[in-house]
Amino acid sequence: MLDQTEGYTTEDGRKIGGVVMEMKNITLRFGGVVAIKDISFDIREGEIRAIIGPNGAGKSSMLNVISGFYNPQEGEVWYRGRKRPPMKPYQVAQQGIARTFQNIALFEGMSVLDNVMTGRLTHMDSNIFRQAIWKGRAEREEVENREKAERVIDFLEIQHIRKTPVSRLPYGLKKRVELARALVGEPSLLLLDEPMAGMNVEEKEDMSRFILDVNDEFGTTIALIEHDMGVVMDLSDRVVVMDYGKKIGDGTPDEVRSNQDVIDAYLGVSHD
Amino acid sequence: MSIPALLHRNATQFADAPAYREKEFGIWQSWTWAETEKEIEALALGLINLGVNEGDFIAIIGRNRPYLYWSMVAAQSVGAIPVPLYQDAVAEEMAYVLGHCGARFVIVSDQEQVDKVIEVQDQLHQFEHMIYLDPRGLRKYDHSHLHQFSHVQKQGRAAYDEFINELKARREKLDYDSTCVMLYTSGTTGKPKGVVLSNRNIIETAKSSSEFDHLKREDDILAYLPMAWVGDFIFSVGQAYWTGFCVNCPESADTMMTDLREIGPSYYFAPPRVFETQLTNVMIRMEDASRMKKWLFDTFMAHARKVGPAILDGKQVSGMDRFKYWLGHLFVYGPLKNTLGFSKVRVGYTAGEAIGPEIFDFYRSLGINLKQLYGQTEATVFITAQPDGEVRSDTVGVPSPNVELRIAENGEVFYRSPGVFVEYYKNAESTAGTKDAEGWVATGDAGFIEPDTGHLRIIDRAKDVGQMANGSLFAPKYVENKLKFYPNILEAVVFGNGREECVAFINIDLTAVGNWAERNNIAYASYQELAGHPQVMATIQDHVEEVNRSVAEDEMLSGCQVHRFVVLHKELDADDGELTRTRKVRRRIIEEKYADIIAALYDGSKEVSTRTEVTYEDGRKGHINATLEVREAAVSAVAAKLAAE
Repeated sequence: MLDQTEGYTTEDGRKIGGVVMEMKNITLRFGGVVAIKDISFDIREGEIRAIIGPNGAGKSSMLNVISGFYNPQEGEVWYRGRKRPPMKPYQVAQQGIARTFQNIALFEGMSVLDNVMTGRLTHMDSNIFRQAIWKGRAEREEVENREKAERVIDFLEIQHIRKTPVSRLPYGLKKRVELARALVGEPSLLLLDEPMAGMNVEEKEDMSRFILDVNDEFGTTIALIEHDMGVVMDLSDRVVVMDYGKKIGDGTPDEVRSNQDVIDAYLGVSHD
Repeated sequence: MSIPALLHRNATQFADAPAYREKEFGIWQSWTWAETEKEIEALALGLINLGVNEGDFIAIIGRNRPYLYWSMVAAQSVGAIPVPLYQDAVAEEMAYVLGHCGARFVIVSDQEQVDKVIEVQDQLHQFEHMIYLDPRGLRKYDHSHLHQFSHVQKQGRAAYDEFINELKARREKLDYDSTCVMLYTSGTTGKPKGVVLSNRNIIETAKSSSEFDHLKREDDILAYLPMAWVGDFIFSVGQAYWTGFCVNCPESADTMMTDLREIGPSYYFAPPRVFETQLTNVMIRMEDASRMKKWLFDTFMAHARKVGPAILDGKQVSGMDRFKYWLGHLFVYGPLKNTLGFSKVRVGYTAGEAIGPEIFDFYRSLGINLKQLYGQTEATVFITAQPDGEVRSDTVGVPSPNVELRIAENGEVFYRSPGVFVEYYKNAESTAGTKDAEGWVATGDAGFIEPDTGHLRIIDRAKDVGQMANGSLFAPKYVENKLKFYPNILEAVVFGNGREECVAFINIDLTAVGNWAERNNIAYASYQELAGHPQVMATIQDHVEEVNRSVAEDEMLSGCQVHRFVVLHKELDADDGELTRTRKVRRRIIEEKYADIIAALYDGSKEVSTRTEVTYEDGRKGHINATLEVREAAVSAVAAKLAAE
């Protein structure tokens, strides 16, 4: 049985709780290619956990294992004290795990509001016929879900594009809409795949602010993959560093920064 | 009488009528007058509970939200003085104002403002408590001096029995002479000054101006202009509490245009810039419209320009023209007004700076009753305003009710009214310099009253007005504004004080002229080359001559016609000290810097070679050399002489 009680306190005084998810000796292969080799780490309640590494290190594969999209050939995934069997994506969503994608996966032709509302689908019970008749439960549900959606829209400051089709939005805003859609499902674990990729400095600052606020305001546990070292170090409580599918470092940003293997992986080593 | 007393009157008389609306979570939330009184009372009790004393200053910082308007009235209720600040001011500017009034309490909207106040709190010796509206991001802050708005209200409700008598007693002490609000002038010269306005100032002005425009309880306004600006205070507090109309607050700054459309205010105010931007947007969208729609738009707009203003003013218009206008309303004006959010506007005002006649006429021809007013903080806004049916783009109207006007020897406008401010806070010297013993206040603007209509016309800042060699009036800004109304002209500077004739520097607008060059296949490599292009020079000459013709129609100012001009080889720039940061021309500096060009304009040269120092954005300096062509502009005969013959 995993240790569920022990936590720690961050530098800025946030209380981090017990283990939410634990990866045990995960190995993932695609044919002969070993994407992830024997990696173990945990994610704790309320923390911001980052996975970093150079290109091709296996970060996205790792996130896909966490989200249940890939099933590792070896190793176990433990979620909230129970070993997780292979699952379908909707079952993962029902467990309270939500994610965003590296290359935005929104419904381009739909408005921002409709996109955000799709994030509430797992919380809707009424079937297609009830929805068509639009009386009683269907109506109540829609009102409830719309309110949740509007709170997230307000939180992420995207009121001005509420009715705009997603295809007309610039990249930075699309990223924010994606975050909104993930948030509206009230996840307990939020997975962010390169949330700042392709953004300018100002957009990165905004996004960092939102990530911190989400964690602060809703107590959501966040696991994120990121390229931008500066952002990661400022944002996260603990960092896993990967290189060539292996874990080469794990700890607080300061520990990771002074880890010789990490420095080598990022800056390269001379072979003389 | 006081604003809190008016609140009580409204809560009794119009209990169920909406007082405030704000769009939040995608829905317009509303509060009736009765609910508003309850909310304000809870906050006022909370403020007493926090230790607010009579005579304290309470700073209020944030965008237009009902809660912040309530904060102002709650502050008044407990005998404190609300001081709204510009929310976009940087921390240092805020430090000056907060320190000057010695605010013990600050009520702010969100984390951004909290951070600014915390940044400068070491400089603020009297500062004690801060109350914030939006708790987002503030959870981890030290809350020993920080309070959430809703908690303050909650504590106020809990302490009802303890403090209600105290609150009532304080409220009853308020009268016409107690201070209603203190507003800091933006301070283009020197430090901001705190203008103290009494309940008399605010309520008397609100009363007479509401009657002037027949404002009623069913009216709606959209509150989107800065709360620190006197105009917003008089519209959203003074007039709203006097007449009991509803104040609507937008969801966020970005959604202003959508919210405007949804609310469809019946009473609307905007500076000329807003009207200009909206018109440009309409024109750009019409360029992309289908040919049929474009034809409809052009045809009916031409008709509207012809008869629209006359119909609006209730003048005689033939039946056929009325029918065509009705058709136009059906196809074009109605839908367009709806898109702009102006369908229900009964009274609209613009002020602050001169509005281009074309822009002004566009809105009036659509049937929007857009008018001009002239005012300042020290007058509680209203000095003059245009009555319905007497609206023109070149005057600012007749004296508002109970306002006396006087034009001094040098042309400066003075006024006296019940709205005249009490004093500048802690600045007796400036108070004495602005307001004399009899209550007359100097505006700093030069103008004159048209003899036959009684309308006031503002021509320039008083200190810029001079005399030509032959004794006629020299008012550079009057001519410059006329020039700047052309989209091709970005900036103009007119010289001629003490001289025989006027001359001008012109800056082209690179966006407009560049666009024109592109469409006409005119190649240019630099700003300088485009500015000196013969076709550009010819266009500008046409504009100057057209302005001369219009200036000549005015007998007092006909001496200001531009005889010669140059199109400058560089844009006048704040980095070079030629403009202020708010883009106002610094005449003296320009006159010194370009003395060689001015000399050439007066000595009959055909061209002038010059070398100018420029400052790049990174602070480096460089020089540009140019040879500028001096153009003669045709001058029109003076209308006054013709009339006299």
